[in-house]
Amino acid sequence: MKTEQRALTGWGRTAPTVGTLVRATADELSSDAGLSATVGARGAIARGLGRSYGDSAQNGGGVVVKLVPGADPIRVDHDAGLAHVDGGVSLDVLLREIVPQGWFVPVTPGTRFVTVGGSVASDIHGKNHHADGSFGAHCTRLGMLMADGSHRSITPGSDPDLWWATIGGMGLTGLITDVTFRMIPIESRHCVVDTERVPNLDALLEKMETSDHLYRYSVAWIDLVATGKHLGRSVLSMGNHASLDDLRELRPKAVDNPLDFDPTTFPDVPNGVPNVLNRLAVRAFNELWYRKTPKQHHGTESLTGFFHPLDMVGQWTRLYGSGGFLQYQFVVPFDAVDTMRTIVARIAAEGHASFLAVLKRFGAQSGGFLSFPTPGWTLALDLPAGVAGLGRLLTELDELVLGAGGRHYLAKDAFATPEVVRRGYPQLAEWKKIRNAADPTGVWVSDQARRLELV
Amino acid sequence: MNAFDQPQNILVLGGRSDIAHAIVRQLASPALRSVVLAHRGGDTIELNGVDDSVAVQCVPFDATDRTAHAAFVDGIVAEHGDIDIVIQAFGQLGGPEVNTDPTAAGDLVDVNVAGAVSSGLAVAAQLRTQGHGVLVVLSSVAGVRTRPSNFVYGATKAGQDAFATGLGHALAGSGARVMTVRPGFVRSTMTEGLNEAPFSCDPGDVADAVVAGLRNRKSVVWAPGVLRYVFAVLRVVPGFVWRKLDS
Ligand SMILES: Cc1cc2nc3c(=O)[nH]c(=O)nc-3n(C[C@H](O)[C@H](O)[C@H](O)COP(=O)(O)OP(=O)(O)OC[C@H]3O[C@@H](n4cnc5c(N)ncnc54)[C@H](O)[C@@H]3O)c2cc1C
Ligand SMILES: NC(=O)c1ccc[n+]([C@@H]2O[C@H](COP(=O)([O-])OP(=O)(O)OC[C@H]3O[C@@H](n4cnc5c(N)ncnc54)[C@H](OP(=O)(O)O)[C@@H]3O)[C@@H](O)[C@H]2O)c1
Repeated sequence: MKTEQRALTGWGRTAPTVGTLVRATADELSSDAGLSATVGARGAIARGLGRSYGDSAQNGGGVVVKLVPGADPIRVDHDAGLAHVDGGVSLDVLLREIVPQGWFVPVTPGTRFVTVGGSVASDIHGKNHHADGSFGAHCTRLGMLMADGSHRSITPGSDPDLWWATIGGMGLTGLITDVTFRMIPIESRHCVVDTERVPNLDALLEKMETSDHLYRYSVAWIDLVATGKHLGRSVLSMGNHASLDDLRELRPKAVDNPLDFDPTTFPDVPNGVPNVLNRLAVRAFNELWYRKTPKQHHGTESLTGFFHPLDMVGQWTRLYGSGGFLQYQFVVPFDAVDTMRTIVARIAAEGHASFLAVLKRFGAQSGGFLSFPTPGWTLALDLPAGVAGLGRLLTELDELVLGAGGRHYLAKDAFATPEVVRRGYPQLAEWKKIRNAADPTGVWVSDQARRLELV
Repeated sequence: MNAFDQPQNILVLGGRSDIAHAIVRQLASPALRSVVLAHRGGDTIELNGVDDSVAVQCVPFDATDRTAHAAFVDGIVAEHGDIDIVIQAFGQLGGPEVNTDPTAAGDLVDVNVAGAVSSGLAVAAQLRTQGHGVLVVLSSVAGVRTRPSNFVYGATKAGQDAFATGLGHALAGSGARVMTVRPGFVRSTMTEGLNEAPFSCDPGDVADAVVAGLRNRKSVVWAPGVLRYVFAVLRVVPGFVWRKLDS
């Protein structure tokens, strides 16, 4: 076990607090000299790779546990199509191991640098949510370290309450030490992708509604700077895993080694770069991105290019300058599509620079009490935190989202209030009961949990 | 605190202070949940300009009651949770007698220095425990170079200021911070009826400087900002010039 006082933030680099960072394996933590000996009045919270944007994986004045993978962190059961993976393993490491063996993770976010534990705790979604649901929907067993120091193995059948309180439970029910989940069989490390320029929001919404079911993966990048008749112009990208037949047709050179997987990352953006993602730069970038996309294109992309394009530039968030940034992500039900239109128009009219805005349709819920995805439209946008007046705009959007029966994603949140979460998550009270039964002395707590009165 | 550094809970020591009220108004946002106004007596004080949804609580607190300070802070935390921002705003100017009467001067030191040190330490212990939070100390330019006409008040502010900046260094790495604020002449209850000095400002101007300083994680702010340069000069002008400026 290694212990260190550290200032921690989420990916957005806002609201730092200092806590005691403990790096340990699950076995070390459950020993007598482990968690119970380390945790004091300020409790403890798990931290994966800190890719959640806000304060969910930090605990001011308390303990923050970074799980070190054990001796045999990745075990693949080829017959059952199951992976048994330690909670601290990243999808990056995992994919390097399983892709060459013909498997893919059931859900990947826009970055490979998240842990399996964090994927369960945030019940993450990917471009395939409309088809496959969220990460939690593919899990069959969880190993957990409970508040009392005991180790448990749970399934949706054995402990349904604790199970669904943990899927999307933001680490507040216990430490997820290892996870068993179903994988997706693949024949190659490529995807067959259809990319298309869509001139405005209405065309986009219609296009996604009518063609999402033809593809396993689908997502739209929206230019939130464009206004008027260009409002909501976007690049829609939809794809499937490429079979060997697809490769023969579209990329014959890749047929010999179809499962080679060794993604590279480029050097970090250096520290101390001023905020270059200002309004003009973003406008220019968005224009370029839209223009450079062919009107329509059918071809192959690598797994990395299709799923994790941002991972190619290390620490790209430094481009936001020292003020940090936040991501605002919400979902509204399908019948509230007018609210989505209003919000997009509102953001575009305000003219705040948003470099990345992503629109997607969600499919079925997983069942997690605090899971974010629910059938409807979800929009995620990055915003620099230093911009004056942003708080007022987001509060206004909060009202629109909640009024339409929508909610906000806790893994991205750095701005919500207890009221906003209570209204967005009708099962919060029920979740609290289960959590309090699993952790009667309140060991698991994060800055976010305090801020949003989750515990 | 959220991504915009908007506080949820604010504690004001010296809860009647006009300057502190102006700061609270500037920090108020939908994130704000509670404001505790601590002052002698603890009777209800009107706080204008914050939303009705914010719980404003007035509690008794005496800067000279030093043995009670630690328990006082614990009590606030037990009721409201972590404190994001503490404004140390109590202070007395003292009458003309403080420049000659040893007892009156000692009383002023009790409030402005001993009270500031002991309540400051009680607050610091809590902020350290939380791993975050800012103690905003209302010092004064009066302590930067003490004037013949109010050198005892000036001496107390110098003491408070030296304590605050030192505490800030001592807290480095703990997540807790101190921001020392050096206003010039501020039109407030404290200065009512006094002749205005050059570079006078209003409580709202001090609040602007404080909020900007918090955003930029400054350890010292001057209000108005130009005083920083004015005092860089005044600090070193010869004594006879300094005395002349005060007459
Ligand atoms: C560029 C980028 C793109 C992203 N794209 C998406 C996306 O498309 N879809 C999506 O859903 N999310 C997306 N995210 C968010 C990200 O997937 C989640 O925030 C995820 O939880 C991060 O995992 P992590 O391991 O870094 O966890 P952290 O950020 O460190 O922690 C997140 C939460 O999980 C808990 N946690 C972590 N490990 C454990 C554990 N072992 N046991 C119990 N609790 C634990 C923490 O306590 C915390 O509450 C994106 C983030 C970035 C930076
Ligand atoms: N006004 C200026 O020009 C100026 C300039 C520079 C610096 N400052 C400093 O800024 C701070 C606030 O000034 P202000 O003008 O806002 O003052 P103010 O309006 O006079 O408020 C001072 C507060 O201190 C409280 N107080 C006095 N003695 C106390 C004690 N023993 N224990 C607890 N509370 C006590 C008072 O409340 P009760 O009487 O109800 O307890 C009052 O709430 C002071 O430290 C002052 O030195 C002021």
